[in-house]
Amino acid sequence: MATADSYLLAIGTKKGLWLATSPDRRNWSLSGPHFLMSEIPSIGIDTRDGRTRILVGVRSEHWGPTVFHSDDLGDTWNEPENGAIRFPADTDAALERVWQIYPDAASRPGVVWAGCEPISVWKSTDGGEHFELNRGLWDHPHRGEWGAGYGGAAAHSIVVNPDGANVHVAMSTGGVYRSLDGGTSWEPRNKGISAYFNPDPYPEFGQCVHKIAADAAVDGRLYAQNHHGVYRSDDNAESWESIAEGLPADFGFVMLTHPRRAGTAWVIPLKADGERIPPGGKLAVHRTEDAGASWTRLDEGLPAAEFNSVLRDAACVDTADPSGVYFGTRGGSVYASADEGDHFNEVASHLPDVLCVRAAVVTGAPAAGEQQAAAATVPA
Amino acid sequence: MVLPSVLVPLADGKSLLTAPADASVTVQWLLDFVAGNYPALSRRLRDETGAVRRFVNIYVGGQEIRRLHGLATEVAPGQEILIIQSVAGG
Repeated sequence: MATADSYLLAIGTKKGLWLATSPDRRNWSLSGPHFLMSEIPSIGIDTRDGRTRILVGVRSEHWGPTVFHSDDLGDTWNEPENGAIRFPADTDAALERVWQIYPDAASRPGVVWAGCEPISVWKSTDGGEHFELNRGLWDHPHRGEWGAGYGGAAAHSIVVNPDGANVHVAMSTGGVYRSLDGGTSWEPRNKGISAYFNPDPYPEFGQCVHKIAADAAVDGRLYAQNHHGVYRSDDNAESWESIAEGLPADFGFVMLTHPRRAGTAWVIPLKADGERIPPGGKLAVHRTEDAGASWTRLDEGLPAAEFNSVLRDAACVDTADPSGVYFGTRGGSVYASADEGDHFNEVASHLPDVLCVRAAVVTGAPAAGEQQAAAATVPA
Repeated sequence: MVLPSVLVPLADGKSLLTAPADASVTVQWLLDFVAGNYPALSRRLRDETGAVRRFVNIYVGGQEIRRLHGLATEVAPGQEILIIQSVAGG
């Protein structure tokens, strides 16, 4: 039984959840599927308060969406009787899918955010067991003008700054919205981000942002991967500038930032909107260490040919030093790097489409990979 | 109410649920009754607005309620209603 510094990688797919554990981020044991035949569009691993809680958004085509959590690394799963996320009656809305589960900072234990479809942001103060709808965003006057991307209309990125006052949300399609009061009120912040598919290519809102991430070491610095366009903001999203130069393509879904180091981010380019494959069929991660001024192609350990794309939440980093980088493809392959992307090794292959991955360092807990594959399904 | 096997764990292991009624009741009344006793089961059948989920079929007298009167469809005392998931997915 692993007892210290195991690495946990949770893999959400179109047809269930797999959990992988490793002592070294190179050799992995896989368990699953959990929730077989349900899609897992979101995962949050909350390692605060001395325990590891895995939160998963689960969605069955038949039985609808819900949120489960496990405090024993997937041995057992629980959900509140009445559901963790339920639209209040006056909204006349129903939850379609949980796109994002975001445990807040260690200084705010118990706080977990969720981004959902229809476009909405939710906040839990009890570790993700019950969420409350953010009314400021739900009642925003722009709501009627927000649209749906191909995957649905959702708030898919939530970024909270260290003191909790600044909250950035990205939605498809609507763009980036910012709150300076902890989520009470919201304003669009998309200046400089192109919406080339609009008659006005630089509208106040309506951009199709695919993912945003914050620089952990530079206050007010954010990065965005858009539907064509890679951007950085150095002024808390007041304005954005392109950092796509040096990349083989400016399309993609992924945006990752280093857990501690300034200026370090990763993207996984796809050729174009109309050709959603790695450029030339050659999959590669690209890393910047100077806030987007230059990019380094990273493909060691990746297949010579790969025509599957990588979705917005199908990539993540861990908090170890050096940081691990992980991603999965729509072809069901999952890769891990223990050295910030310099080398990758395959964790799993031939899984269903990978929708999301999340990784964490787990200390003093049994490894999920040592358990039998759980048989949890959505109704259980 | 006859449940598919996949939902039985949400009804304390019961595949057949019964509700006390001396006269006809509506499907909605029955679903509300179920919700009071088995809220997790209820969420699999209907969303927050009360709408029956798209790929959940409810049969009364051999007819799916969407072809009858929806949630207002009446169920006579002693009559069974069947919950059957659609043939859907890939």
